[in-house]
Amino acid sequence: MSILIDERTKVIVQGITGRDGSFHARAMKAYGTRVLAGVTPGKGGQKVDDIPVFDTMSDAVAKTQADTSVIYVPPAGAADAILEAAHAGIQLIIAVTEGIPVLDMVPVLKETRDLGVRLIGPNCPGLISPGKCKVGIMPGEIHRPGNVGVVSRSGTLTYEMVHQLTSHGIGQSTCVGIGGDPLIGTNFVDVLGLFESDPETHAIVMMGEIGGTAEEEAAVFIAKRMSKPVIAFIAGRTAPPGKRMGHAGAIISGGAGTADDKVRALEQAGVTVARIPSEVGPLVKKALGR
Amino acid sequence: MNIHEYQAKEIFRTHGIPIPAGEVAETSTQAEAIAARLGGTVVVKAQVHSGGRGKAGGVKLAATPAEAAAHAKNILALEIQGLPVKRVLITPAAEIAHEYYLGVVLDRRLGLPLVMVSREGGIDIEQVAHEKPDSILRHHFDPVTGLRPFEARRLAFAIEPDGKTALAIADILRKLAKAYVAVDATLAEINPLVRTPSGEVLALDAKLNLDDNALYRHPEVEAMRDLTAEQPEDGEARAIGLSYIKLEGNIGCVVNGAGLAMATMDLVQHFGGRPANFLDIGGSSDPRKVVTAISIISRDPNVRAILFNIFGGITRCDDVARGLIQAVAETGVKMPIVIRLTGTNEAEAREILRQQSGLTPAATMDEAVLAAVELSRA
Repeated sequence: MSILIDERTKVIVQGITGRDGSFHARAMKAYGTRVLAGVTPGKGGQKVDDIPVFDTMSDAVAKTQADTSVIYVPPAGAADAILEAAHAGIQLIIAVTEGIPVLDMVPVLKETRDLGVRLIGPNCPGLISPGKCKVGIMPGEIHRPGNVGVVSRSGTLTYEMVHQLTSHGIGQSTCVGIGGDPLIGTNFVDVLGLFESDPETHAIVMMGEIGGTAEEEAAVFIAKRMSKPVIAFIAGRTAPPGKRMGHAGAIISGGAGTADDKVRALEQAGVTVARIPSEVGPLVKKALGR
Repeated sequence: MNIHEYQAKEIFRTHGIPIPAGEVAETSTQAEAIAARLGGTVVVKAQVHSGGRGKAGGVKLAATPAEAAAHAKNILALEIQGLPVKRVLITPAAEIAHEYYLGVVLDRRLGLPLVMVSREGGIDIEQVAHEKPDSILRHHFDPVTGLRPFEARRLAFAIEPDGKTALAIADILRKLAKAYVAVDATLAEINPLVRTPSGEVLALDAKLNLDDNALYRHPEVEAMRDLTAEQPEDGEARAIGLSYIKLEGNIGCVVNGAGLAMATMDLVQHFGGRPANFLDIGGSSDPRKVVTAISIISRDPNVRAILFNIFGGITRCDDVARGLIQAVAETGVKMPIVIRLTGTNEAEAREILRQQSGLTPAATMDEAVLAAVELSRA
């Protein structure tokens, strides 16, 4: 098994005719993902390779019965694209787009929640269940199927960790990039819960960073609800306060959201926190009893 | 993006929030003329993107225009937390009967804007939160409907028993919430909001931080960006889409992705070195970005070595390698460079580097960082 996506997942690519959308639609398809359609308003009837393009999400869903969408729409239209997918009956929406104004996300989070739709992101690399399905922008070849769940707020740092796990011979059940923005649809707690119930996931690697309190909330959840081992890494110990470190959500404000706070909270919850990235592989091996 | 107090006050004023008169001076002569025009005792306030202006000597009372000129001269010569003061705001000194705090922030956990009010204004709100947490009232609101009148009244009457004053506070609170949404702020704050002995309610200070992602739809706010308040490199980096923050160390870092960039800085420190900067070249493969990155870093006089850490995904390693070769040729940079690259088109990148530069990429992040730390000490 895996969480959220597998070989049955049927995907629509929103913004498929753009540079990123078309590139990643092809890459996902090449990985084996069932990319059934794309949507770009005004470009219905065209094709990207053999993938049909529709004007609206409702048309695309009606024709394909897709359950998942991935969004490469530029920031100004991305919040609307998420809502279009949610109202068209899509169950899982992955918003890759970086740079959406944060207040645009306030009504989007409420509406997707009310409709019972799961949103991953925005500003995320997407997710992959190795060997089964990839929905997002990560390089598929660094992954391999296995029993470690990965959840992260970052993109390339996740690739770094996954690459390391794979080179230690440790495969992954599903890797989820939840996104680097201040407001995101799915948080650590949600993904940790899914991994806890997934029989194929035996241990979890969690990568956090400065800003907000999502890691602290995860610590509380882990202490109360998780039986599986969690190995964590927190980026940003050297980040100066008040500066936005690339990700819109990565900012220490008013002394809150520091890496030290997060490490302390996680350690108190019984989580093993790696001091440096290269410790993660050996720590996971140990947790798996290998 | 941060803007100055006087700019935040301009925005608040357009939303109907009562703001005392005031003008900005860049010289002591201008300050004197403004003080004379305003008449009476004035306050001379440093305009810098930093808190603690009062403690740093950046806020002074002046009874006469000549005194205002003298204070302006001193304050304009100050550096507050490393930031030179280029402007002062001259504003009439208000008599204060009471000071309140009003603020709006984003609650990331609930995904909603949050209004905070307190009867304990005039001091750092984080100190209030620490010492008297119960004195701060909090209320979430929906940005689509805005803060409704009854919600604002409930908060205002909780911090001020006098009806007339409370109604004035409620009105200002709604306008503050409205301004927060209208300009896509991440923080909007009035500290202090004051009641004068004659019963007037005024915003004596103003703070607005703005969502960088929303600036595209607020050109009038973007135009408020103070280029003198940032280093020239900041603008150069922003123009080409690099995310760059200068730090105090001596190892220049060039990384793709914010999380990996932070982890790279942390690793430099872990191995006993000091990062000179945070720099994320982003997800694209434009060699110009690498050239700009090297050019910015090589101008930092502290830098002793440059460390590249690239995990190719969307970013292609061969593009980074080409950018690097081009940058070395264009900038004539002499300092040692350590490279680690893995992922998309890694083999091509290694070949380009081998043929054109003699550089051999390190196999792992640890190895590269250790080598850079070693070189920074040489």
